[in-house]
Amino acid sequence: MSDEAQSTTEQLKKTVLHSTHVESNAKMVPFGGWDMPVQYSDGIIAEVKAVRSSAGIFDVSHMGRLVFEGPGAESILSSITSANVPALKNGRGKYNFICNATGGIIDDAMVYRTDEDKFLLVINAGNADVDMEWITPHLAARDDFTMNVITNDTAMVAIQGPNALEIVDSLTNNEASKIRRFRIGSAEVAGIPATLARTGYTGEDGFEIVVPSDQGVKLWKALRDAGAIECGLGARDVLRLEAGLPLHGNDLTSDTNPFEAGFGRFAYYEAPNCIAGYALKQLADKESERLLVGFKMVGRGIPRAGLNIHSSGDDSVSDSNRIGTVTSGTHSPTVDAGIGMGYVERKYAATGTKLVIDVRGRPVEAEIVDMPFYKRS
Amino acid sequence: MYPEELKYSKEHEWVRMNGNIAEVGVTVFAQESLGDVVFVDLPAEGSDVEQFAKFGEIESVKAVSDLFSPVGGKIVEVNSAATDAPEVVNEEPYGSGWLIKVELSDTAQLDDLMDAATYQATLE
Repeated sequence: MSDEAQSTTEQLKKTVLHSTHVESNAKMVPFGGWDMPVQYSDGIIAEVKAVRSSAGIFDVSHMGRLVFEGPGAESILSSITSANVPALKNGRGKYNFICNATGGIIDDAMVYRTDEDKFLLVINAGNADVDMEWITPHLAARDDFTMNVITNDTAMVAIQGPNALEIVDSLTNNEASKIRRFRIGSAEVAGIPATLARTGYTGEDGFEIVVPSDQGVKLWKALRDAGAIECGLGARDVLRLEAGLPLHGNDLTSDTNPFEAGFGRFAYYEAPNCIAGYALKQLADKESERLLVGFKMVGRGIPRAGLNIHSSGDDSVSDSNRIGTVTSGTHSPTVDAGIGMGYVERKYAATGTKLVIDVRGRPVEAEIVDMPFYKRS
Repeated sequence: MYPEELKYSKEHEWVRMNGNIAEVGVTVFAQESLGDVVFVDLPAEGSDVEQFAKFGEIESVKAVSDLFSPVGGKIVEVNSAATDAPEVVNEEPYGSGWLIKVELSDTAQLDDLMDAATYQATLE
């Protein structure tokens, strides 16, 4: 076995749950500028199984949280996101993209309307700085809203799995089940004033719970004591891939757009002041040359980001039959196979198309399948 | 954690000698660093491997690592149980989770490996 590269833990940010993770023997790794748990002692597979069969908790405090408030908040979010913000009703959330002026995806995000003139925008940890750099100039010269970064003032914990609702209900005097899918509301969780979004990144039912940062440990322990299993970023990555959900930095980048990624339905471009609106409209009207597909390995092997995808039928893999690149891949414990996502040329993107993945010199057969790879029953 | 009767390489593989046949596997440190092992790729029986050369790959859910043979010679047996059910590498790294058996070309190679105490010291 080769030595893993030793990465520096200097200057990494820590969530308020950091010492709780260490106490639970989590393996900590750098992620998006934060020192985060990748797994706990039972391992990634056990954590994935816990989320699919009961409930798991994830520290997602590293994700950026921005509150926009005031009469101009709706308009400013219409300009920087691809959500139809005026149509977003109070108490609801919407998946969206923050796109640049050419339609490239700077980040993917969730926007929630938490009051008539108040919104919560949740962005990726690793993109928070880039997002802010891009957003800030567009905020200038307006005084009809405020934007507060509440990432450090709050903790955010996701609870996901078939037992998540029951657990959160038990800690909220059954207030949680009043919040329906993709909605957001308030309740006391284990006595802690909390904002609860019925959303997640695993393909399971559950909540993402925001509390004041000094209550983060108390919330985590209350959920854990109620039966939820501690899960790290390793399980989170497997779960989201099984659920067919893209990861920014892998499947979505500023060099990709929402249409070729297959998420055109989340790219609303008709807001008159949407910065990416013109570009998104152009992209919507033409056929993408490549498309993001999901595939399952047929032969023995695990796909990994960066591997080349080739067309099937030739004797060997070469530049001439290369049709794309893997953007995410792993072994799926739920499907019990290697699964992945990648961009391929449009003519090879149909479900059922045979592919060959070049696994470090070993050609391995794969087949395009419909996503999600896993759908809860 | 690190049985006395085995020899170790700095790449976290171990060797158990039986006559001139060396049984090779990965250490507890290796399997714990990897996490859940989900894939093992091993060479064909009958092929040759040089000491410290790559002989296969081992993958966890998150990462791929190369396997380096602590000894050189002819690979006389590969453990199909490890390729069929890779979790055995986590469960019994020094037992049924062995990977290959090598007929040594030269037993002097063993002098280039560490004993348990020396290996353990490299981990601290």
